[in-house]
Amino acid sequence: MSKPILTAARRALAGAVALSALSVGAETRAEPAKQYFPLATFRVGAYASSGIPVWAGEIDYFRYVNDVEGGINGVKLVWDECETEWAVEKGVECYERVKGGKDGSPVPIFLPHGDPISKALTEKSVSDKIPIVTIAYGRTESIDGRVFPYSFPVVFSFWSEASSTINYIAEREGGKDKLKGLKIATVYHDSPYGKETQTPLAYLAKTYGFEDIQIPVPHPGNDQSAQWAKIRQIKPDYVFLRGWGVMTPVAIKTAAKTGFPVDHIIGGVWSGSEEDVRPAGAAAKGYLAVTPFPAGADFEISKKIKAEIVDKGKSDLKDPKSFGSVYYNSGLDEGIIAVEAIRTAQKKFGVGPINGEQAQWGLEHLDIDDARLKEIGAFGLEQPLKLSAKDHEGGGAGKIIQWDGEKWNIVSNGWVNSDRSLLLPLIYERAAAYAKEKGITPRADATN
Amino acid sequence: MSFFLETLVGGLLAGVMYSLVAIGFVLIYKASGVFNFAQGSMVLFAALTFVTLREAHWSFPAALAVTLAIMVAGAIAIERFVLRSLVNQSDLTLFMATLGLSFVIEGLGQLLMGASVHELDLGIDDVPIQIGFIQVSQFDLVAAATAGALVLILSIFFNFTRTGVSLRAIADDPLAAQSIGIQLPALWRIVWGVAGGVALVAGLLWGARQGVQFSLTLVVLKALPVLIIGGFTSIGGAIVGGLLIGASDSLAEIYVGNLLGGSVSTWFAYVVALVFLLVRPAGLFGERPIERV
Repeated sequence: MSKPILTAARRALAGAVALSALSVGAETRAEPAKQYFPLATFRVGAYASSGIPVWAGEIDYFRYVNDVEGGINGVKLVWDECETEWAVEKGVECYERVKGGKDGSPVPIFLPHGDPISKALTEKSVSDKIPIVTIAYGRTESIDGRVFPYSFPVVFSFWSEASSTINYIAEREGGKDKLKGLKIATVYHDSPYGKETQTPLAYLAKTYGFEDIQIPVPHPGNDQSAQWAKIRQIKPDYVFLRGWGVMTPVAIKTAAKTGFPVDHIIGGVWSGSEEDVRPAGAAAKGYLAVTPFPAGADFEISKKIKAEIVDKGKSDLKDPKSFGSVYYNSGLDEGIIAVEAIRTAQKKFGVGPINGEQAQWGLEHLDIDDARLKEIGAFGLEQPLKLSAKDHEGGGAGKIIQWDGEKWNIVSNGWVNSDRSLLLPLIYERAAAYAKEKGITPRADATN
Repeated sequence: MSFFLETLVGGLLAGVMYSLVAIGFVLIYKASGVFNFAQGSMVLFAALTFVTLREAHWSFPAALAVTLAIMVAGAIAIERFVLRSLVNQSDLTLFMATLGLSFVIEGLGQLLMGASVHELDLGIDDVPIQIGFIQVSQFDLVAAATAGALVLILSIFFNFTRTGVSLRAIADDPLAAQSIGIQLPALWRIVWGVAGGVALVAGLLWGARQGVQFSLTLVVLKALPVLIIGGFTSIGGAIVGGLLIGASDSLAEIYVGNLLGGSVSTWFAYVVALVFLLVRPAGLFGERPIERV
């Protein structure tokens, strides 16, 4: 090859490299004054449809904070994505890849977006001092931050999900005393996630006198004829459906073909999105679900994001139908909690990028009350949240939503609280047992 | 007793749905000795194409015809660009090619049609109907009738048409068949095209049952024990295998699951298949290979 040709080739290569560097875009070009925030996402694979609206909600909120509020006290957020396909090994690989931060900006919080991934990271997060925030999933006993200093099952643990559902049934039946004698069947995904509610339900059944029936469904749950035949035989008063992915629409359709009334089925958090009910068609009309992320586009923050991000063509949302959906709003919730934790940490450690250890302090001192929710514009969308070293959950309430064939409507009387005072002693007992097994010395109740 | 019968009938009808997927595997294995790992992806792609066209306001017959045409065109492309270069390669090489194909088809599906979940309404009510003292699903009965019709059509095709007989000849002895002028590439195109059509039928029925979403590919997990029991080369065997798996799964879930305190149907089907493998390795209706030593 002649010298001029080689020179031209080198120039072309250099040009291509420069162009590709430019095309990376402002969001991934981190500078010291910016806050890096890695996102573990699953945009491909069997669960992509559930994930895509979540990242849209989260990214739209981050863009809103950057573009409208000028960042968190002036510190702009930068993020990039790592594809996990909702698989444990890929999720852990993503965590390992991003945990060192980017361009000098540390990782404040890691959102694993997958219950099995979060469980796999429990111990790693402690040694790396990076908080793992799992909203409405994750190991329930990690509510006890004295034993699990870097695990944050914030807002709504699986136990709260179960208890809130039982309390809604009580509300519907006319009081907790009316629970006595009821038959409540839980149709659950046969996995550690699905089994998480067995202990609290058994305890609540003993406390309130209802009959607790557990019916497992093997993964992925695309055939449930045997399980619903069993339901038809048992004739429960209510079914609590704790599914994931395809299991939910199949359950709703199979319930319809066996004649079980759909308005007596209450889905868990991960069985209560538009993606769960739309495939079931008309059979889903009247179906209920408990959620800490009520659907709706009328919240103040939703209106602001619509005007400033969506209508200006800056949204990450590809399908406009998903704006205000349960999953989109869950992304907003995640974004709000992450931003507020960083803001809280900045009050103590100074305005600038926050690292994992500082974010842990921020999370444990997070206090989002009604007044702050109103300031953010998330009143009604997000519940008041106050965390501490002893309580990494904070909220513990859900709203009950009902599908009318087109959209979800809130049917509960505001937030339905769970029996946290009843369940927390059990949770602390389990955490203490974990600490004993692993040789962990629990931290003090409060941190400075 | 009525509960037992209802569980049994429900299981049998659920098994027919797995048979529909298994038939696609049998067709390709019968004609080329290839275990087509991409069958699940073909089921998904067919359902996704159909539902996308329907959502774009195409009429039912037009969407069906165009989807079928796309599946056949896809089959021709697979033969031309993948299989033709692999003629005379080992079965394992061909299997690996179909493994790659399955990822390509899934990726193409998401690239062209997105990852959203879709409702698929075929206009068949999925409501319970009372027959005697047991309750069955109307949709399941339609699915069973569809599977029956499909088996009948394919049996006629394989036994009474020149192409069908050529396919059987290829399956029996590819070299001898080619030596008498049977064109292997053309027959592969036909059989992959027919398998694409079967994938469309399976995709529509499964899509109507669970919604069209990427987890549709997972239905093949239960088609495997169906194939082991029925035999990899028998269409009728796929139906019988499906019925056996469906019934044993349902009954085990109710009567064994309770004893073990958990769900058993994920692995029970494979236990049944394993027993068949030990007792009858070629399956109930599979052809036993006879080799001169």
